[in-house]
Amino acid sequence: MDGQIDPTPLMQVSNIRQSYHKDSSADLLVLDDVNVTLKTGEMVALLGRSGSGKSTLLRIVAGLLKPTAGDVKWRGEDLDGPADGVAMVFQSFALFPWLTVQENVELGLEARGIAKEEREKRAEEAIDLIGLGGYESAYPKELSGGMRQRVGLARALVVHPDLLLMDEPFSALDVLTAETLRTDLIDLWMDKKLPIKSILMVTHNIEEAVLMCDRILVFSSNPGRVASELVVPFPHPRNRLDPAFRELVDSIYALMTRRTVKPAATVQSPAAEAGFAMSMQPISTNLLAGLIETLASPPYDGRADLPALAGGLQLEADELLPMGEALQTLHLADLADGDLILTDSGKQFALADTDGRKDIFAAALRAHVPLVAAIRRTLDERWNHRASSVRFLDELEDHMSPEYAEQTLRTAIAWGRYAELYSYDEEAAQFSLEDIEDAPAAQ
Amino acid sequence: MSRSLPSSLTSGRRLPNMWDALATACVLAGIVALVHATPQTFQPIDSPNAIEVTLDPANLPEYALRTTMRMFAALFASLVFTFTVAPLAAKSRRASLILVPMLDILQSVPILGFLTFTTAFFMGLFPGKVAGLELAAIFAVFTSQAWNMAFSMYQSLTTLPADLVEATRAFRLTPWQRFWRLEVPYSMPGLVWNMMLSMSGGWFFVVASEAITLGDKSWTLPGIGSYVSVALDQRSMTGVWWAILAMFVVILAYDQLLFRPLVAWSAKFRMELTAGATAEDPWVLKLLRRTHVLSLIMDWLGELGRSVASLRLSVASSTGERHQRPASRLGDAVFYAAAAIAVGYSMWLIFDYVRSHDVGLADLGEAVLMGLITMVRVIVLIALAAVIWVPVGVWIGLRPEWARRVQVVAQFAAAFPANLFFPVFVILIVRFHGNSDIWLTPLMILGTQWYILFNVIAGASAFPGDLQEAAKNFQVRGFLWWRRVIFPGIFPYFVTGAITASGGSWNASIVAEVASWGDDKLQAHGLGAYIAQATTDGNFAKVVLGVAVMSAFVLGFNRVLWRPLYTYATRRLTL
Repeated sequence: MDGQIDPTPLMQVSNIRQSYHKDSSADLLVLDDVNVTLKTGEMVALLGRSGSGKSTLLRIVAGLLKPTAGDVKWRGEDLDGPADGVAMVFQSFALFPWLTVQENVELGLEARGIAKEEREKRAEEAIDLIGLGGYESAYPKELSGGMRQRVGLARALVVHPDLLLMDEPFSALDVLTAETLRTDLIDLWMDKKLPIKSILMVTHNIEEAVLMCDRILVFSSNPGRVASELVVPFPHPRNRLDPAFRELVDSIYALMTRRTVKPAATVQSPAAEAGFAMSMQPISTNLLAGLIETLASPPYDGRADLPALAGGLQLEADELLPMGEALQTLHLADLADGDLILTDSGKQFALADTDGRKDIFAAALRAHVPLVAAIRRTLDERWNHRASSVRFLDELEDHMSPEYAEQTLRTAIAWGRYAELYSYDEEAAQFSLEDIEDAPAAQ
Repeated sequence: MSRSLPSSLTSGRRLPNMWDALATACVLAGIVALVHATPQTFQPIDSPNAIEVTLDPANLPEYALRTTMRMFAALFASLVFTFTVAPLAAKSRRASLILVPMLDILQSVPILGFLTFTTAFFMGLFPGKVAGLELAAIFAVFTSQAWNMAFSMYQSLTTLPADLVEATRAFRLTPWQRFWRLEVPYSMPGLVWNMMLSMSGGWFFVVASEAITLGDKSWTLPGIGSYVSVALDQRSMTGVWWAILAMFVVILAYDQLLFRPLVAWSAKFRMELTAGATAEDPWVLKLLRRTHVLSLIMDWLGELGRSVASLRLSVASSTGERHQRPASRLGDAVFYAAAAIAVGYSMWLIFDYVRSHDVGLADLGEAVLMGLITMVRVIVLIALAAVIWVPVGVWIGLRPEWARRVQVVAQFAAAFPANLFFPVFVILIVRFHGNSDIWLTPLMILGTQWYILFNVIAGASAFPGDLQEAAKNFQVRGFLWWRRVIFPGIFPYFVTGAITASGGSWNASIVAEVASWGDDKLQAHGLGAYIAQATTDGNFAKVVLGVAVMSAFVLGFNRVLWRPLYTYATRRLTL
């Protein structure tokens, strides 16, 4: 740790709730009772899975979004709209394609009505600091992803913000470029060359958080809450291969795979029993099959340490975890203590041929994914063996946000199709039993 | 709503070349030839008074139906034209040399200007019969659609994705199969969008072409357009309102039953494989897809279409397709010789016509002067429309819940033939003794301003959320926001809309710069009035001159202003 952390909070977020308003049923919670305090001189990571509301929190802190309930205090005062002294770096860079690098960087200064000369001088400084010298007159289109994000950084730094917000700033970049930018940023931060007091960044990359930040807030999903808070005790520069570093990464993996007590299990509504409260992420069956094969073969032989597996497959935690969870949902594998362990049916799946795999998958779906089972049951009961997908979507939407419902339905469509449990007509938005072998004859 | 471009924009050809000049000559000669034929053919025609249009509203449904039938007949003809000419231009190097510039120039010719000649020409084909008039009206609408559609399809055919072309060759599809399996589906979104844009303009022309005055004779075809013109003669405001109501119903039906379903359906041929945010299906399409009986019929039709498409018909030799044949020298020689003869003959026709009708430099000067006046009108109107509709469009476009609803209304308004509303303005001008030069002007943009509005809405709706957030985060507001953030963002869309609007306004000037209410005649100065006056006087030489000058203005406007602007916008301002 730095040792120079000023105890007065720069930004204080307390009891934040953010809900998505819905007419038909209860409001859907995106963030629930979130408290975060940011002090001067620290770099903090918000780490969590996609959909855990961490980007929403960042936008609340930025003043771009008003929370449903709770307080946001910026330097001791209530935050009302985008504040001076808070600048943001975007995942997609958000550069204006019609402005040159120089004009993009100057935009924030221009908005403050700073005179042209001063503007140019400061922009020049920021551009040089961030390593963009010589690109002033280039348009964003002419730059590589890494250079674009450097422009994004320079644009944020040039306004001399007290707090720099970064929304997954490196996730749109390739591995090498991202690493260069990270180390450059850490070097500037450690050398106190950045005109900022504090950094808050959102990431789903565990190693990135451990590499860069002083403090990590791990978010749980649905609704988003701060599940745990960790202090990273290593001095910069940090070594990814250091055993203590690895251990911390491992323990965060374990934290993120820890089963959370699902509120749905306690509320026994009939629909919840029918499984409409379970959201699913659209993961291709090819990926699942590939993962099972990898798990079954050496060196893993049925059990893999998640960070090692992620490294071996060149996946990030955010990509690997949903796949592991999907396998867990289907009881083809188990997640425990940061490990992924193949179950017996998972092993059978690995050995089976194409048709055998479909049978195993179909059985797993009918037993463990109530939505798929419900769709098939409905089709079996109907005289024409057809059912509109809209009614399933409506029911899902009573339990989750429209995006999640859509995504869950798409997953059910894709998985059910692969298992040959039903067919789906995209244009008519209809499930049917056409071309399904074990289907009962019509009428 | 998907944004496909009007095909006049996407041609990518900017500098006029030799072929443009040749094509211009041919087009002009064609008009001259048509005019030449007129005096002979139109003598023996009796004024067909048999066709009586009355102001009884009970007749309106029938009139509306006949107007609609004309539209669809023209649409069918345009489709046939498109499906023959576009593949020809795309596949034959030689044909493309002459066809492409010709289509490009035909797009800029003001159709209303030579409406009278086509009427006379077709009546010559069917002396004293209604068929001639019908064909003339249909032809007028055809000329407002066909070039645009053919151009759009030509564009698509020349940009077929190479991998798909290779796939069709690897699987040895015959040219016929390839046409239906790859080329037509690939051209579909652009073609449908252009077809719909032209249809919107087409309503304007069908209304205008139903009542024709040539010299001291006038003809009417039963339809909404002629109903309005009768109402004007008889100073019947109720008649005007009835016609507007009937047209409203027709456009509403067209919009709901054809436009929306077709555009939504054509989206399935888009090349992007990612499922984007798609608008909800229009109700008619839903009905077609969901209703059991209807979907059975559609399936059957689809099956029939598929079997026709998979016939192994091969046009010419399918073996020739495997390798590019080297160009035949002899063939080239013959082609160039033929082109030279055609151009030579065209030149002679024009020269001869000009000589025999003594159209002098003074006339040309007058026409150009009038053209300049009309040009000032168009520029002022586009600027005014921009000042009004850009802020409104941006405001709406950034609010998704509004955008969708207003978008529907704007597209509807663009399709509604604005000439039906002209009488309302004319009455006001007559009553308040307004200056015709000023107050007739807004009529030109009455129907076309909506293109600006709905394109700006589309642009603002498509403005990326992260850029909006960035602007907010850096507290960019007010004038700076307009200048640095939103205006560059919507500019390509604005240009698209403005091009359509300005083209339409030039055309509309022919009917908008002259107006009458009973015996009150209003006339503004301008090229449109010049052409209209020459038509009423039966002075064909002046009409040809006026049409040629207007074509030159439109063409020059496109080449000098719009296309460079558009290229700049797409190069610099797109995301």
